[in-house]
Amino acid sequence: MLREVKNPQHEQYYFRLRLGFMAFFVMSLFALLALRFIYLQITQYTHYQTLAENNRISMVPIVPNRGLILDKNGVVLAHNFFVYTLEITPSKAGNLKTTIAELGQLLEISKADIKRFAKLKSESRNFESIPIRTHLNEIEAARFAVNHYRFPGVAIKSRLYRHYPLGKFGAHMIGYIGRINSKDLVALEKSGDLSNYKGSYHIGKSGVEQFYETQLHGQTGFEQVETDADGHAVRVIARSAPVPGTNLVLSVDSKLQEIAETAFGNRRGALVAINPKTGAVLSYVSQPGFDPNLFVDGIDVDNWKWLNESLDKPLVNRPIRGIYPPGSTFKPFVAMAGLENAKRLPPYRISDPGYYSLANSRHRYRDWKPDGHGMVDMQKAITVSCDTFFYGLALDLGIIRLTDFVRHFGFGAKSGIDIRGENAGLLPTPEWKMRRFKQPWYQGETVIVGIGQGYTLVTPMQLAQATATLANNGVAMRPHTVVAMQSPATGRTVNVAPVVQDRIALKAENIAIVKQGMMDVTLPGGTAASVGANAGYSIAAKTGTAQVIGIKQNAKYDSNSINERHRDHALFIAYAPADNPTIALAVIVENGGHGGSAAGPIARKVMDYYLLGKSPNEPAAQSAKAKLVQPAGHNESAHDE
Amino acid sequence: MNKFFKPLLVHIDSFLMGCLFFTLMVGLFVLYSASGQDFSRIYDQTVNIVLAFFVMWLAANIAPHQLERIAMPLYVLGVVLLVAVELVGSTSHGAQRWLNLGITKIQPSEIMRIAMPMMLAWYFTKLEVRPSAKHFAQAGLLLLVPVALVMKQPDLGTALLITAAGFYVLFLAGLSWKLLVGGTLSLAIAAPFLWTLLHDYQRRRIEILFDPSQDPLGSGYHTIQAMIAIGSGGFAGKGWLNGTQAQLDFIPERTTDFIFAVFSEEFGLLGNILLLSLFSLIILRGLVIASEAKSTFGRLLAGSIALTFFTYAFVNMGMVSGILPVVGVPLPLISYGGTSMVMLCLGLGILMSIATHKNVVAT
Repeated sequence: MLREVKNPQHEQYYFRLRLGFMAFFVMSLFALLALRFIYLQITQYTHYQTLAENNRISMVPIVPNRGLILDKNGVVLAHNFFVYTLEITPSKAGNLKTTIAELGQLLEISKADIKRFAKLKSESRNFESIPIRTHLNEIEAARFAVNHYRFPGVAIKSRLYRHYPLGKFGAHMIGYIGRINSKDLVALEKSGDLSNYKGSYHIGKSGVEQFYETQLHGQTGFEQVETDADGHAVRVIARSAPVPGTNLVLSVDSKLQEIAETAFGNRRGALVAINPKTGAVLSYVSQPGFDPNLFVDGIDVDNWKWLNESLDKPLVNRPIRGIYPPGSTFKPFVAMAGLENAKRLPPYRISDPGYYSLANSRHRYRDWKPDGHGMVDMQKAITVSCDTFFYGLALDLGIIRLTDFVRHFGFGAKSGIDIRGENAGLLPTPEWKMRRFKQPWYQGETVIVGIGQGYTLVTPMQLAQATATLANNGVAMRPHTVVAMQSPATGRTVNVAPVVQDRIALKAENIAIVKQGMMDVTLPGGTAASVGANAGYSIAAKTGTAQVIGIKQNAKYDSNSINERHRDHALFIAYAPADNPTIALAVIVENGGHGGSAAGPIARKVMDYYLLGKSPNEPAAQSAKAKLVQPAGHNESAHDE
Repeated sequence: MNKFFKPLLVHIDSFLMGCLFFTLMVGLFVLYSASGQDFSRIYDQTVNIVLAFFVMWLAANIAPHQLERIAMPLYVLGVVLLVAVELVGSTSHGAQRWLNLGITKIQPSEIMRIAMPMMLAWYFTKLEVRPSAKHFAQAGLLLLVPVALVMKQPDLGTALLITAAGFYVLFLAGLSWKLLVGGTLSLAIAAPFLWTLLHDYQRRRIEILFDPSQDPLGSGYHTIQAMIAIGSGGFAGKGWLNGTQAQLDFIPERTTDFIFAVFSEEFGLLGNILLLSLFSLIILRGLVIASEAKSTFGRLLAGSIALTFFTYAFVNMGMVSGILPVVGVPLPLISYGGTSMVMLCLGLGILMSIATHKNVVAT
């Protein structure tokens, strides 16, 4: 106890002891500093004096070559080429205004060039080299070279530019790079990558270019160079080589991509084709497309305005951002939900009067076929797309059981594809409706979810992914566009392993019923018999039509009398060969009318090429024209709801 | 005249004042050169100095036992404000440090720099018994909470200074060597585990902090240019206003964190030794004041203030000359900036108060 009580004398003694120790500590560290100063200022004086005298060191970043993007056969989708740029280092150039004015007498420098230079200058430090003109031709470069002596701090450099040889084909998937803007800078600073982008002017803005930015960019190297008073490099003191970016090999085939996009003609829409066994994306179409080359060096005002304001919305990445009611393409998944919940198991049948009514209600939920389909079991309900059958099934399942089940197929959630900006779509539930509209859920809303109408919204990506999962007997593979990465530095190729996202426990006999129903769709009597005609392989499919505007009770849909943009969307999902599927796809033709006639032929062309190597025999231009008239022409078969 | 001034100056320690004044003069000369002969900077800095002197005079006239009374409330206020910054603070340059009070913005981490040593000194003063390991653990907790909040902003420099200020109190209060060595060891053992908890980019930042040459285009550039400035200064320096590195804009942050490179280039090794001596005199005078203080509170606080001043100087000169990682710590009394000037002079004012009030306390 005594030991623990404070003793002022002792306390002060120990305190002074410690203080003395700290005084010694302070003086030792100061002595260390003094030694450091002596080392720098006496021992190394000549070295540093020379460095300072020769006007100092500059750090020159060496930008790595951005990785190439290739299709599965090695066709180049994105590559780099060198262009001459005229660049100014503000700290060494003296009066910038007169310099630029004098340069303007020598070469053409536009107002836009000057504007861009001013913007870049405000974003860089003044000892960094900033381009005033890009894409100099040989003559311009030579003309400047002769007059170089008049312009201290101005130099010709060659910089790498990005080019997309296929132009609009696959633009939404490949994406594009653009100038690094202030938002990118903030993100780079946050991730600690800012210094790796010294010297880089571009960054991936969308698609694969954006998602794989880290891999594509590579590691910036640098040269520590001594420069003379004019900023010319005199001697390289140290150098670290850049590590070039990784080349990406996509699973798409550029030829297939071209066939698929051409098949759309002038129509708007989307197509996603997936290998159900691996999740590899085989084709990724968003129509209309755009030329990504416009974005590389900053897009001009006119093109930007057109791309942004066009009613066709070419910039919207439809496969992952376009949300549509799935229409009847939703039915196979509702069917799986029913069978797995032991509803409508064979030999259950209904007699279809052509409409469905709730108990105690006069409202008729119409079948697309006014007279009904006669006796219908589950398999036939899929084949003939019987609405009445699915109205009743949805109600019997209930909205919660229904959505809980189809969620497993990826509806209502992002697919996880390696492209940013996915929309999750919407699977409506009573809870969601209460949150969103502060209203209770009505039975009738459950009824129409059974045929993919109502609040339900899906992306073409989700639809393709769900089809692939069904084709693969419930094993969901994560969709991905990149299948291999090649390191140019080591020459090694690393394959991207397929990832199993989910395994849905489904009974084999239930799968067989749904699959058989879908196979019959492309056979005579099915809703897309023409799509399967003379294919040479079996196709399992489902057509769909999604209403853009509501149709009143007892009114009849007439596509001729409706504004083109208010016509129904045509949907089509399929996989083939039906017994051992290697391709699963979803096609949406906006305002295309009926799924079988408008979207089906596009799917057929894609499958023909993929499975048989068959290209559409008619010239592209002609086929586009033929397609254009088709939706109106096939009027009588329109509407399967 | 004398009769009027004498009571005003009774609490000013003339030795400290002399050193302070001389250092500040040197500082203004360097700033004039570093700012590219910009008189408005000198004017601004003079305003800062006048304000700082007033704060110092006030602090010198407050008796230590009065300071002791506000130690705890000030600390609590500081922590509350730090939490407020975390919740509603405004962000600048990617760090959340400022609290907007409507009329003025304040940086609560600055309050903590002085509140922390006061709080811990108060804590050990209040103890009736010799502090045991348990007490040091409690004091350590008082230290860690605000430091963690400041780190989160993130403001590494200030967090470091607050930690140092608190640690010095713990050490001077008799933190046992066993605990000290044990703590250091366990930290060294825990480090690899903590390392694995960090994100890749966080690790990269720390790696760059300790080895700027890994980031030659970023912070490595600063260090390289600063070392060239110092080295090329040689024995006697290139002369005032004649530093090529400084005048040609090769030194980054040359009026603030890297001002020592400018000084060193223009005044050489001789100047450096002079500056080290001035700093040493201020620090040693502070330690003497601590050793002569009669109360536990005064002792611990004075010791911590003097040693924190040392930490400022050492970390800044160390980072500019390339032996320490670059963290944002200004050079005391020389770097341009009002906040650090006021905080330093507040500390010196407290030292003066402890030095001149000891008789009052004794009676």
